[in-house]
Amino acid sequence: MAKRTLRTLIGASLLAAASLVQAEEPRVVAITQIVEHPALDAVYQGVKDELAEQGYIEGENLTVMHESAQGNSAIASQIARKFIGESPDIIVAIATPSAQTVAAAARNIPVVFSAVTDPVGAKLVKSLEAPGANITGVSDMLPIDKHLDMVLRVVPGAKRIGTVYNPGEANAVSLVNLLEERLAARGLELVKAAATKTSEVLGAARSLVGEADAIYLTTDNTVISAAEAVISVGERADILVFAADTATVERGAVAALGFDYYSHGRQTGKMVARILEGASTADMPVETMDTLDLFVNPAAAERMGITLSEELIREAKEVVKSDK
Amino acid sequence: MLSEIAFYGAIETGLIYGLVAFGIYISFRVLDFPDLTVDGSFPLGAAVAAILIINGWNPWIATGAAVLAGMAAGAVTAILNVKLKILNLLASILTMIALYSVNLRIMGRPNVALLTEQTVLTPWYDLDLAYHQVPVLLFVIVVVIALILLWRFMKSETGLAMRATGANPRMARAQGIATGAMIILGVALSNGLVGLAGALFAQSQGAADVTMGVGVIVIGLASLIGGEAVITPSTVVRALLACVFGAIIYRLAIAFALNADMLGLQAQDLNLITAVLVTLAIVLPGVRSSVINKLSRKKA
Repeated sequence: MAKRTLRTLIGASLLAAASLVQAEEPRVVAITQIVEHPALDAVYQGVKDELAEQGYIEGENLTVMHESAQGNSAIASQIARKFIGESPDIIVAIATPSAQTVAAAARNIPVVFSAVTDPVGAKLVKSLEAPGANITGVSDMLPIDKHLDMVLRVVPGAKRIGTVYNPGEANAVSLVNLLEERLAARGLELVKAAATKTSEVLGAARSLVGEADAIYLTTDNTVISAAEAVISVGERADILVFAADTATVERGAVAALGFDYYSHGRQTGKMVARILEGASTADMPVETMDTLDLFVNPAAAERMGITLSEELIREAKEVVKSDK
Repeated sequence: MLSEIAFYGAIETGLIYGLVAFGIYISFRVLDFPDLTVDGSFPLGAAVAAILIINGWNPWIATGAAVLAGMAAGAVTAILNVKLKILNLLASILTMIALYSVNLRIMGRPNVALLTEQTVLTPWYDLDLAYHQVPVLLFVIVVVIALILLWRFMKSETGLAMRATGANPRMARAQGIATGAMIILGVALSNGLVGLAGALFAQSQGAADVTMGVGVIVIGLASLIGGEAVITPSTVVRALLACVFGAIIYRLAIAFALNADMLGLQAQDLNLITAVLVTLAIVLPGVRSSVINKLSRKKA
C-alpha cells in the first residue's frame, strides 16, 4: 500500500515536473512582413519591444521567427506555409498582402494583422467589431475627420484639399476614397494627383499648385518615401503640407495628428501578449490607433507662408524645431 | 526540417510557376523572343479572374477569361514587334508597363480579396484530404493537361512551323511559313499560360494584387533554366517536364532557404540566392560539357 502511494507520488511529481517544463518552454511568435520598409520595420520593432515590456524576452521565454517576402507575393505565400507548418503560438502578419496569404492558409493558429487599413475590404474579418474567426488585429485606418479638423483649423478658408497617392497601393486607395467622401460631406473638394513610384511624386505634387488650397498626405508608402518632394513644392508655392504621420512633420510638414508606426506596432504587441495569455481572437475586436498626439513644425509653416497660432503650438505634444 | 505544410506549399506554388515556365519556354526557347510581358500578364490573369469571381461568375469561366486576357496581352506585344517593328524586348516592356494601368482599371482598386469567395478550389476541399494537399492535387491535374496539350500542339503542323520560326526565321519564311503570324500566336499562347497561372495563384492566395507580377519573369526563367540543368531538354516532352520540375525545385530551394537559419541565411538574402541559383543553372551545363569535352579529348 505504502509502496503504491509512493509510486503515485513519484508519478504525480514527475507529471508536475513535466508540466512545469512545458510551462517554461518559450512561446513562439512568427512575424511575416511583405517588404522591408521604414514604416513596416517600425511595426515589427514595436511588436517586439511591447512583448519584451510584457515580460516576453526573446531567447528566454519567447522565440520570434521573422521573415520578409521582399515584396514578392509567391515568397509571401511560402513564408505563410512555413510558419503554419511550424505551428507557432501566434502569427503576426504585417501589411495587407501578407495578412491575406496567411489568412488563406491558416486554419487553427491565431493570426494578428498589423498595418492593414481596410481589413473588412481585404476580407480578413467579417466585421471590425466581431472578427469571428482566428484572425484579428490592428488597423491603421486614419481618423480622417479629426485630421481634416486639424487641417481646416490651420487653413480655415480652404475649399480644395490636394493629396498625392499611389493608385497601386491598396491601403492608400482606401484612404483616398474615404478622404474624398469625408471632404464631400463638408462641401469641400479633393484634388488627387497620382504617383506610381517615388520618382513621380515631385511631378504629381507640382500638378497641385494652383489647384489646391492645402495638401494633406495619407500614410501612402510611396508618397511618404518621397515626402520631401511634396514639402519642397509646398515651400515654393506657399501651400501648407499636412501629414497623417508624425515622422513627416520632422521632415518638414506643418502638422500631423499622431500616427506613428512604432506605436502601431506596440499596440499590436499588446494584442499578441493578450492572446499568449489565453485570450481568444474571436472575442477581440479589430483595434484602431488609440494615441493621437499633435505634432507641429512652426518653422515649416513659416516657410510655407503662415505663422502657426500660439494656441495650436501650446496644444502640441511635440513642437519640432527644424532649421534647415 | 521542412514541415509537411511548407513542403506542400512549395509544390503548390511550384506547379503554378510551372505554367509560367511553360509560357517562358514558348517565348524564350521556341521563339527566341525575350518577353517581359509576363510581369504584367500574371497580375492581369489574377485581376480578370478575381473581378469576375467577385461578380458571381463561375470560377472556371473566370479562369478561362483570364487565359484569354493573357493571350490578348501577348498578342499586343507581338503585334508591336511584328507589325510596328519595335524591338521585341522593348515591345514587351511597353505592354508590361501599360498593363499596370490596365490591371488597376480592371480591378478598380489595387487589391481584390477572394478569401471568402467560391474559387476553383472550393469544391475540392470536400475531398478527404488535408487542406494543404488539395491545391496540389488540383494543380497537378491542370499542369498535366496543359503539358499534354502543349506537347500535342508542338508536334502539330502549326507547332512545327512555330519551332522553325524560332530556330531559323529566314529558312522558315523560305518554306512559306508566315513567321509574323507564328510569333503572334506563340507569344499570345505563352501569355495565356501566364494569365492562367496568375488566375490560379490569386485563387489559392486569397487575393489579386496589382503588385503580384514583380519578378515573375526572373522566377520563370530561373525555373526554366534550373529544370534544363536537371533534365536535358532533348525533346519537347523533356523540355516541358524540365519546366515543371525546375519550378518545383526552385520553390523547394526557397522553402529550404527560409529554413536555413543555421547557415546564417536571412530573409533579405533571398533575392541574392535567386540570382546565384540562376547563374549556377546557366553556367553549370556549359562547364559540365566543356569538362566532358576536355576529358574526351584527352582520351583521344
